[in-house]
Amino acid sequence: MQSVTDQPPVCIVGASHAGVACAFALRHEGYAGPILLLDQDPHLPYQRPPLSKVLLAEPRAIGDFALKPREAYDKENIELRLGVRVAAIESRYRYLRLADGSRQPYHKLVLATGARPLFPPVPGLGQVPGVFPLRTAADIEGIREAVLKQKKCRAVIIGGGYIGLETAASLHKLGVAVTLLEKESRLLSRVTSPRMSDYFCELHQRHGVAIHTGRQVTAVAQKGNSTLVCTNDGSTCEADLILVGAGIVVNTELAATAGLTLDNGIRVDATARTSDGHIYAIGDCTSHFNPHYGRYIRLESVQNAVDQAKVAAAALCDKQPTYNALPWFWSDQYDVKLQMTGLSQGYDDTVVRTEGPDSFSVWYLKEGELLAVDAVNCPKAYVVGTRLIRERIPVDASKLGNALIPLKPEALRSDF
Amino acid sequence: MAKITFITRENETITTEAAAGTIMELGVRQGVRGIDGDCGGVCSCATCHVHVAPEYMAIVGPPGDIESDMLELNDNVTEYSRLGCQVQITEDLDGLVLHVAR
Repeated sequence: MQSVTDQPPVCIVGASHAGVACAFALRHEGYAGPILLLDQDPHLPYQRPPLSKVLLAEPRAIGDFALKPREAYDKENIELRLGVRVAAIESRYRYLRLADGSRQPYHKLVLATGARPLFPPVPGLGQVPGVFPLRTAADIEGIREAVLKQKKCRAVIIGGGYIGLETAASLHKLGVAVTLLEKESRLLSRVTSPRMSDYFCELHQRHGVAIHTGRQVTAVAQKGNSTLVCTNDGSTCEADLILVGAGIVVNTELAATAGLTLDNGIRVDATARTSDGHIYAIGDCTSHFNPHYGRYIRLESVQNAVDQAKVAAAALCDKQPTYNALPWFWSDQYDVKLQMTGLSQGYDDTVVRTEGPDSFSVWYLKEGELLAVDAVNCPKAYVVGTRLIRERIPVDASKLGNALIPLKPEALRSDF
Repeated sequence: MAKITFITRENETITTEAAAGTIMELGVRQGVRGIDGDCGGVCSCATCHVHVAPEYMAIVGPPGDIESDMLELNDNVTEYSRLGCQVQITEDLDGLVLHVAR
């Protein structure tokens, strides 16, 4: 009989937060067979949140943000194969076809392929120099180089989501003159409430970032050493650097080569298993059922990457895990700490609780039930909100907004 | 240099030395199970929760305000709880013993 150590490896495609966490969790669960982690990115796997936050603003090396030191992979006998692209999955024969034509058999396969930046179809955007997304270490290196080249660098950021806003704050810290263009009528429109949008708009304006909402980029063109950015209101501005933070495209192409079920990402069950029993998928690329909210969701977050990775690892070790985590997120801009717990989509009521000028929280409810909390410089609201949502404790909406009532689950619960 | 010992939930003892950085960074570097540091050390995830051996608590000091709030997310908080990402390593910590929290 073939022993577990002789069989082909568990192959994990994608060595970012999800893939790396899964490899180490497999060892933690006692998996003794070979593990192979593959990624196109040549760098030792690194943390992504600091890219748009500290890494851009401070002269630190990407190596400082390694997810694990190289020795940790050796110690746990996890093979890293970096700078290689997987071209296709031959699921019937259980092997991967790599871009160089070679074959890599697998015992089980984990797809942690994540997502890539979306480039809006703007004429000229693909032709002008100095255009960067913000997803990889190489993007950061390119941006830093472009900033240092100019005495007074001017940057235009396309997209007012979290990546765009964090990048604006970081570039501002580097002394760059920043203009941010958002096509919707407010910032963060896809992910949060108008109250939060207003706060972050005002925060960035206070720091001198030019924010223009309802402004769509219609064309870009080279003009001497810089780039002319034209917008739908007929105005133009000049930029030395263009940052694209306009959302993402889920990397499902590889999954498609195996014929896996796709629906707004790779469809997985509560154990992170895809429609092929030998293939699992984790992280940003998955569409999974969230029992708390009772619907299929796709999340772009470290929490989801790491928690789903642990679930997949347990399932691969023949345990029966269920993915049932409450989503949480964070964002750092200037000296503002934003923490979010739960999913606010579908809310019919919001309550704002104000602790001070730069400390408040927005509580999202639907038919009286607490769905989510956004906490600005107020970790207590984040923690209490998490408890109330996770345990489905009924809340009294009239108490939530009263800052004189202590932020404690028992003080905010409904008496009925 | 400070000698620091981690005791994991599985009762594995890992003794190591460091001159700088945080307890979370050291734990991740040494592969200490249960020290995850998912948020990268910005006091946002509470996945680097340790119990400081009581005799060292005076040297390590109490948690800060944000840290205290974040600790409330954990069920096993005690008066010796700290988040590893908020504890800077200095020579004063030489000999420190930490238990990874459940």
